[in-house]
Amino acid sequence: MADRAEVVFVDGVRTPFGRAGEKGMYWNTRADDLVVKAMIGLLERNPSVPGERIDDVAIAATTQTGDQGLTLGRTAALLSGLPKSVPGFAIDRMCAGAMTAVTTMGAAIGFGAYDLAIAGGVEHMGRHPMGSGVDPNPRFLAERLVSEDALVMGATAERIHDRFPSYTKERSDRFALRSQQKVAAAYAAEKIQPDLVPVAIRSDAGWGLATRDEGPRPETTLEGLATLKTPFRPFGRITAGNASGLNDGASACLLASGKAARELGLTVKMKLVSFAFAGVEPEVMGLGPVPSTEKALRKAGLSITDIGLFELNEAFAVQVISFLDHFGIDDDDPRVNEYGGAIAIGHPLASSGVRLMNQLARQFSEHPEVRYGLTAMCIGLGQGGTVIWENPHFNRKAK
Amino acid sequence: MSDYSALDFSPLVALSADEVVTHSFVRDVPLSQGRVLALVTLDNGRDHTRPNTLGPVTLLEFAATMDALKLRAARGDIHGVAVTGKPFILAAGADLSKVSEIPSLATGKLLAQLGHHALGKQSELGVPSFVFINGLALGGGLEIALNADYRTVDASVPAIALPEVSLGLIPGWGGSYLLPNLVGIENALTVIIENPLKNRVLKASGALELGIADVVFASATFLESSIRWADRVIAGTETVARPNVPGKIERLVKWDVAVGIARRMLESRIGTIATSPYVALDLLKAAKSGSRQEGFEREDDSLAGLISGDQLQASIYAFNLVQKRAKRPAGAPEKALARPITKVGVIGAGLMASQFALLFVRRLRVPVVITDLDQARVDKGVAYIHAEILALETRKRITSDEANRLRALVTGTTDKAQFADADWVIEAVFEELGVKQDVFAEIEKHIAPDAILATNTSSLSVEQIGAKLAHPERLVGFHFFNPVAVMPLIEVVNTPQTNDVTLSTAMVVAGKLKKNAVITRDTPGFVVNRILAKVLGEAMHAVDTGTPFDVVSEAIAPFGLPMTPFELLELVGLKVGAHVLDTHHAAFPDRFFESENLHKLAEHGKLLERDAKGKIKGYDKGALKIVAGGTTPMTATALQRRFEDGLADEIKRMLDDDVVHAAEDIDLCMILGAGYPFQMGGVTPYLDRVGASERVFGGTFHTPPIRGVGAVPALANAAE
Repeated sequence: MADRAEVVFVDGVRTPFGRAGEKGMYWNTRADDLVVKAMIGLLERNPSVPGERIDDVAIAATTQTGDQGLTLGRTAALLSGLPKSVPGFAIDRMCAGAMTAVTTMGAAIGFGAYDLAIAGGVEHMGRHPMGSGVDPNPRFLAERLVSEDALVMGATAERIHDRFPSYTKERSDRFALRSQQKVAAAYAAEKIQPDLVPVAIRSDAGWGLATRDEGPRPETTLEGLATLKTPFRPFGRITAGNASGLNDGASACLLASGKAARELGLTVKMKLVSFAFAGVEPEVMGLGPVPSTEKALRKAGLSITDIGLFELNEAFAVQVISFLDHFGIDDDDPRVNEYGGAIAIGHPLASSGVRLMNQLARQFSEHPEVRYGLTAMCIGLGQGGTVIWENPHFNRKAK
Repeated sequence: MSDYSALDFSPLVALSADEVVTHSFVRDVPLSQGRVLALVTLDNGRDHTRPNTLGPVTLLEFAATMDALKLRAARGDIHGVAVTGKPFILAAGADLSKVSEIPSLATGKLLAQLGHHALGKQSELGVPSFVFINGLALGGGLEIALNADYRTVDASVPAIALPEVSLGLIPGWGGSYLLPNLVGIENALTVIIENPLKNRVLKASGALELGIADVVFASATFLESSIRWADRVIAGTETVARPNVPGKIERLVKWDVAVGIARRMLESRIGTIATSPYVALDLLKAAKSGSRQEGFEREDDSLAGLISGDQLQASIYAFNLVQKRAKRPAGAPEKALARPITKVGVIGAGLMASQFALLFVRRLRVPVVITDLDQARVDKGVAYIHAEILALETRKRITSDEANRLRALVTGTTDKAQFADADWVIEAVFEELGVKQDVFAEIEKHIAPDAILATNTSSLSVEQIGAKLAHPERLVGFHFFNPVAVMPLIEVVNTPQTNDVTLSTAMVVAGKLKKNAVITRDTPGFVVNRILAKVLGEAMHAVDTGTPFDVVSEAIAPFGLPMTPFELLELVGLKVGAHVLDTHHAAFPDRFFESENLHKLAEHGKLLERDAKGKIKGYDKGALKIVAGGTTPMTATALQRRFEDGLADEIKRMLDDDVVHAAEDIDLCMILGAGYPFQMGGVTPYLDRVGASERVFGGTFHTPPIRGVGAVPALANAAE
């Protein structure tokens, strides 16, 4: 029998996130190269980890074709220079791809099967637009299994506004503005950059280097947000300003058993406490994190008041607001998304989970008074995912 | 002192209207502590099959880019400059496409000066300069890097070289001065002199080892790592060691000695006719002392001299033949006509046959069956092939899986029924018409009616070899050169009966064997042997009539051939040589000499006297006795004229007779099949430039003749 083990988050990195499309900085960069560069950056930051000790590599992507296909975990391992003895595989849970890679690898470590694993994700939405090549089963609509809004993420967010009339467009815009402002402040304070792996980018005008996210618009104003188009409905509430963008990017993190981390002298940034995924009606997929969080708290034996820091993926402002509202947390609670979120930084679907973890890990190190934090995100087709982490820097006497 | 910025480069630009310009794109890259690196990308906008090259317009753009960056550096906007290339390519060197149109020595010199003007600016920026060697860096491409302060190299770069001397050039944009002063004289001699002669290039690891690159980075994150390294160099936190930079003692003691050793190596290896390696040697010697500017000026003068000389023009012609014409053989039928080859039969199990079998199995990876008169010979052949496969495996040239695969594919039999499903059967039996006729007539009973038959005959008529065949249209000549594994040429002999499927298959098979094929008509000696027989016949005729061996060698020395006629005779075997002369004499009795003495020498067994290491010391006493007695010796001058005029006459006849379609094919054959040098352009550019063509048939093989613009002061003392 394998011995159950403590699961720790050793380190995580990501590429800067680019804007998807021809004008985006990664238009000429392959998706697999993005995640390979993230993995190489991760391994270079952790030179005491022998490559051959990595037990598995799980890499997520939503659209697994072309340069984003071919069993990404295995190909990325080979392309990263890991020994051929290191296996790998690909994962898909749409937006929660990297998060699922982490929970899957974490579960394998917790069960005692693995000592060390790499988990991450990539989404090149410029080369692989959301929904490209999909062929939904006609039964979904014929048998009314889902509403026709279910496959259009913006439409699902409009449905949340419908369901909760108190979540106004103005409230969403205000949340979005704060996200932009917090990201700008976090950049100014060098909170984001340390976990970015620069990527050489090619354009018709020569090589350059991506060192910052391309998405943030620090010049955003409420007035400006108010004038944006509502592409999902006439006179709707969802705009490009209060939603995450279409982005390219990749992330990777190193997970270990507590024992392996001690053996190799690795610093532990977070400890895995519990995780859960849960489903909701697909046409209001943004509500997914509510049941997944309740489940994860229950498994951990914790309550929402035990959580000192939240990293919530901002797929849409309204969807985060619904989470906060459910748990009785203010829209501008300082515990929530301290460095801002996906509305400003971007959301390359399957890579975002590890971004949340990187940011929570850094906040843990700065908040020894906090014992528990959580990362959560909504997921297409009506799901939510939540991972609860413990802060190894926690100090009862800190305040 | 030359002030390059004061020169007017417009005469060069005028030649470059259709230059494929490699642009210099600049993007700023943030470094630590607010510093900025200006990253210059060289990109001609084409994919990697059309590498970046450096023509006049390209160099002027590069120079203007560097000027602008120098201003930005002075303002404090940027803190370093780095140059890199498009994917897989830094640059493949100077754009030589217009070199044949350079109208004067002065314009040639301008080309050298423009390179120094542009590339040299990297050392005058006021901030550190870097080149990130991300891909192929040849000639001027590598000189971009040598002119910078620091160099990184991508671990996957397959070719880094200064191949100029093999093309009749010298590294003339700083390489001849900068390289020895960076990596030491011995390493520089390796790169500039020795590697080009051996057709060798450096990989990234070699460039690092010699000290050309300061550091190597893995390919996946090469640019990112290079930028990070440059950041540390600029910040002063990375110290760059240059252990190979020559010190005082090396300059005082080692430098001239090393150059002297290299000179003797060159003389013994290629003789003294090819000028550019010696010009390079002189430049390397002079690089021991003096300023960079002086070094660059010496390069300007030397390069100008070479550009206006005949050898460079012939070399570029030869280079284009080997690089382009060889890949698109004249007269080849549609590739689509070729039969797929799924099994090969080799008739004969001797050394030549076994070498064929080995080559076919390695390259085609299909079953290869060999046969001979008895089981013992067959077993010996198979054993030889297996031993060669084992040797490849032991030297790690192939994996053990591959070795197992190849061994399993090779079988031997005395039962010709096993040839039934072969689609390609080649014979390598005794060079006698009747034997070959019978062998093919016999095998035809066992094989499919459309299986291809190939003969490796060097001197017999392919058509006659097929005289007893029911299907002579499937027979083709497939003439290898020795050693089979090494020599890149196959003469594919097209008889009046050979059909297009057969010819196409032969061409495709040659390509799969990684050989260059030239199609010839079925005439005696085809191309290479006919020309060699002409030379050797004249040489032996001179000997037979009383001309000393040395005078014969002296007479042909101006060609600059890789070996004297007598060395060549020993290499191919005196007996084979005598046979070749007999065959050609029989075919063309009024133009080709046979030599009774050569038969006697073959009987005697040797011609040259060699020391224990095989080095030639002189002529064998017995051989001298055999050839004594001639009474009408020729002078070297008279014999040289006979060689030249005889060749011009014979080659003209070959072209008139359409043995091959063009003089270019003759030259290609002689370069690939007989090692005739680039500086001769094979053979016909040489015959044009020495006036032989004019004397013999009142014209030239090439119009206009392949010549430099004249005046060659730098060459006058180059070969001393």
